[in-house]
Amino acid sequence: MVIQSIVFYVFSCALLICGVMVISARNPVHSVLWLIAAFFQAAGLFVLMGAEFLAMILVIVYVGAVAVLFLFVVMMLDINFVELRRGVVRYLPIGGLIGLVLVSELVAMVSGWVPAAGALAQLGAPVPPVDQISNTRALGQLIYTQYFYLFQTAGMILLVAMIGAIVLTLRSREGVRRQNVPAQLARRREDVVAVRKVPTRGGV
Amino acid sequence: MVELPAFLPALPELFLAVSTMALLMFGVFGSDGTARLVGQIAVVVLLCTGLLVIGHGTERAVTFNGMFVMDGFGAYMKVLVLIGSALSIILAQGYAEREHMNRFELPVLMLFATLGMLLMVSANDLISLYVGLETQSLALYVVAAFRRDHAKSSEAGLKYFVLGALSSGLLLYGASLIYGFGGTTQFDRIAGLIAASPTPPVGVVVGMVFAVAGLAFKISAVPFHMWTPDVYEGAPTPVTAFFAAAPKVAAVALILRLLDGPFGHMVEQWSQVIFALSLASMVLGSFAAIQQTNIKRLMAYSSIANMGFALLGLAAGTEQGTRGVVVYMTIYMVMTIGTFAVILCMKQHGRMVEDIRQLAGLSRSHPLMALGTAIFMFSLAGIPPLAGFFGKLYVFLAVIEAAAKHSELYILAVFGVLSSVVGAFYYLRVVKLIYFDDPIETFDRQSDDSIAAVLVGTGLFTMFFFAFPVPVLNGAAAAAAALFTG
Repeated sequence: MVIQSIVFYVFSCALLICGVMVISARNPVHSVLWLIAAFFQAAGLFVLMGAEFLAMILVIVYVGAVAVLFLFVVMMLDINFVELRRGVVRYLPIGGLIGLVLVSELVAMVSGWVPAAGALAQLGAPVPPVDQISNTRALGQLIYTQYFYLFQTAGMILLVAMIGAIVLTLRSREGVRRQNVPAQLARRREDVVAVRKVPTRGGV
Repeated sequence: MVELPAFLPALPELFLAVSTMALLMFGVFGSDGTARLVGQIAVVVLLCTGLLVIGHGTERAVTFNGMFVMDGFGAYMKVLVLIGSALSIILAQGYAEREHMNRFELPVLMLFATLGMLLMVSANDLISLYVGLETQSLALYVVAAFRRDHAKSSEAGLKYFVLGALSSGLLLYGASLIYGFGGTTQFDRIAGLIAASPTPPVGVVVGMVFAVAGLAFKISAVPFHMWTPDVYEGAPTPVTAFFAAAPKVAAVALILRLLDGPFGHMVEQWSQVIFALSLASMVLGSFAAIQQTNIKRLMAYSSIANMGFALLGLAAGTEQGTRGVVVYMTIYMVMTIGTFAVILCMKQHGRMVEDIRQLAGLSRSHPLMALGTAIFMFSLAGIPPLAGFFGKLYVFLAVIEAAAKHSELYILAVFGVLSSVVGAFYYLRVVKLIYFDDPIETFDRQSDDSIAAVLVGTGLFTMFFFAFPVPVLNGAAAAAAALFTG
């Protein structure tokens, strides 16, 4: 138990430090690297909770794909972050005030929270016993069996998003030379090479 | 081991989804001139989907682990949505060819939006409500910005997207609070839990209000209407017609299902919210439209006011009121499509014009088009015996009936009548321009048969609704009854 708590606090502290560094690092590339470190700490916390599938997904998807994408974006878009940060001090009071109001609202609502009498008995997705069923299997049953309809509809949403992105951005540009493999293969010597008799001192 | 869910209740949606994807493939791999053919097939697909909906009948069937419900209400609203979408695609055909936006993706995206609307109408779970809504909205954002080379169209798409994302956020926040209360997202179970608790706790009331606010964005009810005039003006005209017709019907259906279903026992709480939305929409829609000279912006404010009238019936909180809303949405949709068919005929020297002053003297150059416009304007103003009058009649009847118990509803009815008088001013101004002002410049001859057919069809419906109201009234009554007994 003691070891677990120690591990928890180590991961949590590291996560918080990484999070602060993400928003305070001067170099945007360093920010993304801190973000990757933060993902690893969060994955550690997931493992501690027994959610090993989520931990692996976090590492593979977020570190492997999303963070690398961020790195590309940060490197390719030349954004002046110093310029972006200039207004921070000026907007801090109003932003802080709004944040404070939201926090107090949340506290007020959570402290007076009354779930329905039979709520726990009919949870939509009850947590299965960890010793009987593995994480991966439990998630698979939820997503592909119970929520199969939603999974399919989410696929439709992604398809619409893809079509939308293509419709709004794809332009057929003039003057672009494309490789046309069948045409290249179908070329014959007779079509493109002509043997001419060149008279002496005449040129072609 | 695992039992397969029943697919039959969702057959229309499955058919629509599969044929839309097939149509997409056909468009991608077909030759350059397939856009028109894709549009025509899209209309046929919508018709077949409608037949499948009708063929399924009106008995209640729940499937996909309680996520999806098909009943009499769903059948009526789905047929309505499909008619609206099919008419919009017909209107879009000629326009797209003239304005150089003739690409096959337009009908395909409109079909995807329609699919989302059908899923919304059939939602029986907070999550399926949300995914249906997103399928619809995402396709709508793209078609709003479809003329990507026009600044206004891009602006419309972007505005719609940002505000739509905000409204989705509100909706999801509300849904999470409701889930926190009940531990379930399914409508039937939520209804049972709320019925079991004597007074609904604050958390679930706040969640309900947030969810209604998110949906009010979609039907552009005041105070969530800011995006409407700009999006209506910027989007290509047939797309605007589509926005004003089918998505409104679907979103109203969703609100009806949510408030009469899971929150049926919280009428006291939500009728106040609907009261405020309805009152503000009617008043602002009527007064703000007076200053508009662009006919698309005028129609935007008109649709805001119309949504106010539709919500009026819901505020009554009775089965009569729900029937009134369904009748109102049917008539509203037909009138709106007809009016946009007129707007699509407003062309000078091959260019579309949108200023209502250009309509001056229309009666002399285009007497038939003038007559059609006059019919729609009189109907929108609610003058008997045109269809618009009956739409208003049934919601007001329901409100007055319910006001016997809740006297504050009298206030709503009085404001409704007053704002419809104000609204009559700007509708009749258009009629005055057409019949009593001197022409400035005449419009081009209308050469598009499909637009003319839509115009004539919707015009005849609007004019002769009083003679054959029974199918619509019975259908609406059956739909409302399905919602209240199911």
